[in-house]
Amino acid sequence: MFKEVSLGQYYQADSVIHRLDPRVKLVGTLLYMISLFVFNNIFCYAVAALLLASVMMLCKVPVGYMFKGLRAVLFIMLFTVVFNVFFTTGDILFEFGIIHISKEGIKMAVLMLVRLTLLIVSASIMTLTTTPNRLTDGLEKLFRPLKLFKAPVHEVALMMSIALRFIPILSEETDKIVKAQTARGAKFDSKKLIERVKSLIPLIVPLFVSAFRRASDLALAMEARGYHGGEGRTKLYPLKYEGRDFVSYIILALYVAVIVFLGIMSARIVAFLTPENSYLTLFF
Amino acid sequence: MPIIADGLTYVYGSKTKAKTTAVDNVTFKINDGQFIGLIGHTGSGKSTLLMLLSGLIKPTSGTVYIDGEDIFAKDFDLHSIHGKVGIVFQYPENQLFEETVFKDVCFGPKNMGLDKKETELCAYEALKLVGLEDEVFYQSPFDLSGGQKRRVAIAGILSMKPKILVLDEPTAGLDPAGRKEILDLVKNLCREKGMTVILVSHSMDDVAEYVDRILVMNDGRLEIDAVPKEAFKHKEELEGFGLALPQVTQAMIKIKEIGIPVRTDAITVEEAANEIMRVLY
Amino acid sequence: MKIIKAEKVTFEYIRRDEEGNVEGINRAVDNVSLDVKEGDFISILGANGSGKSTFAKHLNSILLPTEGTVWVDGMDTKDEEKINKIRQTAGMVFQNPDNQIIGQVVDEDVAFGPENMGIPTEEIKERVEEALKTVGMYEFIKRSPNSLSGGQKQRVSIAGVLAMHPKCIVLDEPTAMLDPTGRKEVIRALRALNEVEGITIILITHYMEETVYSDKIFVMHKGSIAMEGTPREVFSRVDELKEYKLEVPQITLLAHTLRQRGLRIPECVLTVKELTDAIKNC
Repeated sequence: MFKEVSLGQYYQADSVIHRLDPRVKLVGTLLYMISLFVFNNIFCYAVAALLLASVMMLCKVPVGYMFKGLRAVLFIMLFTVVFNVFFTTGDILFEFGIIHISKEGIKMAVLMLVRLTLLIVSASIMTLTTTPNRLTDGLEKLFRPLKLFKAPVHEVALMMSIALRFIPILSEETDKIVKAQTARGAKFDSKKLIERVKSLIPLIVPLFVSAFRRASDLALAMEARGYHGGEGRTKLYPLKYEGRDFVSYIILALYVAVIVFLGIMSARIVAFLTPENSYLTLFF
Repeated sequence: MPIIADGLTYVYGSKTKAKTTAVDNVTFKINDGQFIGLIGHTGSGKSTLLMLLSGLIKPTSGTVYIDGEDIFAKDFDLHSIHGKVGIVFQYPENQLFEETVFKDVCFGPKNMGLDKKETELCAYEALKLVGLEDEVFYQSPFDLSGGQKRRVAIAGILSMKPKILVLDEPTAGLDPAGRKEILDLVKNLCREKGMTVILVSHSMDDVAEYVDRILVMNDGRLEIDAVPKEAFKHKEELEGFGLALPQVTQAMIKIKEIGIPVRTDAITVEEAANEIMRVLY
Repeated sequence: MKIIKAEKVTFEYIRRDEEGNVEGINRAVDNVSLDVKEGDFISILGANGSGKSTFAKHLNSILLPTEGTVWVDGMDTKDEEKINKIRQTAGMVFQNPDNQIIGQVVDEDVAFGPENMGIPTEEIKERVEEALKTVGMYEFIKRSPNSLSGGQKQRVSIAGVLAMHPKCIVLDEPTAMLDPTGRKEVIRALRALNEVEGITIILITHYMEETVYSDKIFVMHKGSIAMEGTPREVFSRVDELKEYKLEVPQITLLAHTLRQRGLRIPECVLTVKELTDAIKNC
């Protein structure tokens, strides 16, 4: 039943974005997220949205998948909007009893909404277009400098990729054990907390026993296949930057430059665009 | 406690993923005390059928009657079925969890709400039934050998005193002597204790030797339902399902091909030897 | 040339109670000596707990003998400097197909061994493809191991060892958890490796039918070698095998029964063909 469960949410397709080096995507997503937090004015968001829209068009993933992530944070988004709209003080636009809605409130709410959407969609695109494996590889390579400080970078990366391989196997196993214990009359749905915790013992003990056995089997198998740590290992698919990766870095650098410029200059642009008392001020 | 499967169907999958019909409109009746062999290629729906019969999953359509009662009816307490139908999963030793063998075997009867004395009595009887010595009762189940662990796991089911015992490949991974011991135990439960047994096996030789009736599954459907001698006459059909005949039956067919007029319905070594001797002398 | 040579190998492990006091010593392997010729197909038979798996783990330095010596292609398995070379010469495949696949994609798993050996990327690619073709799994190169059947997973594991270009492959009950189809797939792959590639195979199993084609069988019982010889020699001793908790194939048993009842059938019959020939001559 759980055989095809894939972690992350990789969407198989053949696109430029899929083929990009995972390091580019990791660095890119990180910079993109930082840019959204540091600069929060409408010009920056417009540029950010433009970049995201072009990536979305390039990546050949159905739009529905990219926005799926938003559903999980829907509540947070609603909360943010309500909170901002009602509790930001400023020029009152509308008043009813204790409820008052200000110009600043609406502005903040819209900006937060845009920011969250961009954040979630950008993260989704990264996981949708990169296999967990390539992601692990990318992280290992990116964090390699930490090795100088004796950080077990290779080991952590290996652990992550083994975990990813065994999650479907263990979840299938959990299902089997639940069924087997149910057949022995175990009830996993007790209302009382203590009983509920107790009822998990017949599930957790066998699961741990099995996980430990698998771990020791796997360690043996790895040893038998000559594993001796990360030293001197080569790779079937080494991460190698190609033309498109450099181009992406350049685009990224340009993006950062534009965002920083707009961030600094935004006040002046606003002043330039909006004469005193113009209704346009509502947006800036 | 006869079992009736009535148009049992089970469909896997959700809205997004492709649907697979694991069990497709299966109907049969099994009478008390019968020893049934359930065979089929991996993925033919045997395991799903076992889980349906023991009330662990609910059918998409159709139902199961045990002792005349529809076990999936709304007003039926599905929990009570576990005391009637015992299911031994593949590698059942993976479900052991208690500190001692005895405690583990007590788990089932305790869950059924028996008091301490009755629980311990049931556990003791079950452990004796599977032929474990008293000295292992207070050992950790994890310290036992593979064959012993499997017996403890089976005892854990028997202690609930089921009338119907369902086993999914109970001999997997055991050596020949271990396989024979488990099969003899199951046969004994059927013949001496009058339990109804449904045994899933990949070994045609074992099925030929032990069971009264064979159910053959393929692609979720029940294709053959007959006594072993009859079932193994369907050579082409079985081979089409990726199943073989018992080795001796195959040999008898070859012997007939070289012009010795033996009957080809022998399914055990004993029968085959008798038949060859009858023809040659 | 002897690819494997074991001389008086004994392996003991110490059982301890919860406080760490010695409870007793188990002798899992007891004074085992055997030679394996390069290019042979060897089977080691034995019931559960006969010590066959423990012995197998000595063949590529996973366990070191308490007493005695094991040489792999002339290298002493105790020699720590040669450990990588030994593991590359005698590859090992284990019982549980799920617990020995490391990669999340078939090709990545097969590459694991060569990667450890530090083989250049281009050559790894060649080796992976070649190994998968040899075991007939090339079409699954981009699949997730979780989507494969047991027999297919075991063939991927065999490919993973093959990609290290071993001279000898030791398989520790590779078919114990498989269905009959999977068992046939694995055994067929092993026979092809042995016959076509000339790789020495050491198959540890308790399924008698799988050993019919071996050059030599060793039967282990309680840690020692109880019988050795060609399949014909070993299988003719039906009653003795029963003592070691083993069983001869049904065809051999049928022939044995007929012989006991007075038919003139040769000492040991292994295949249906031999049986029909024998009956024809009666």
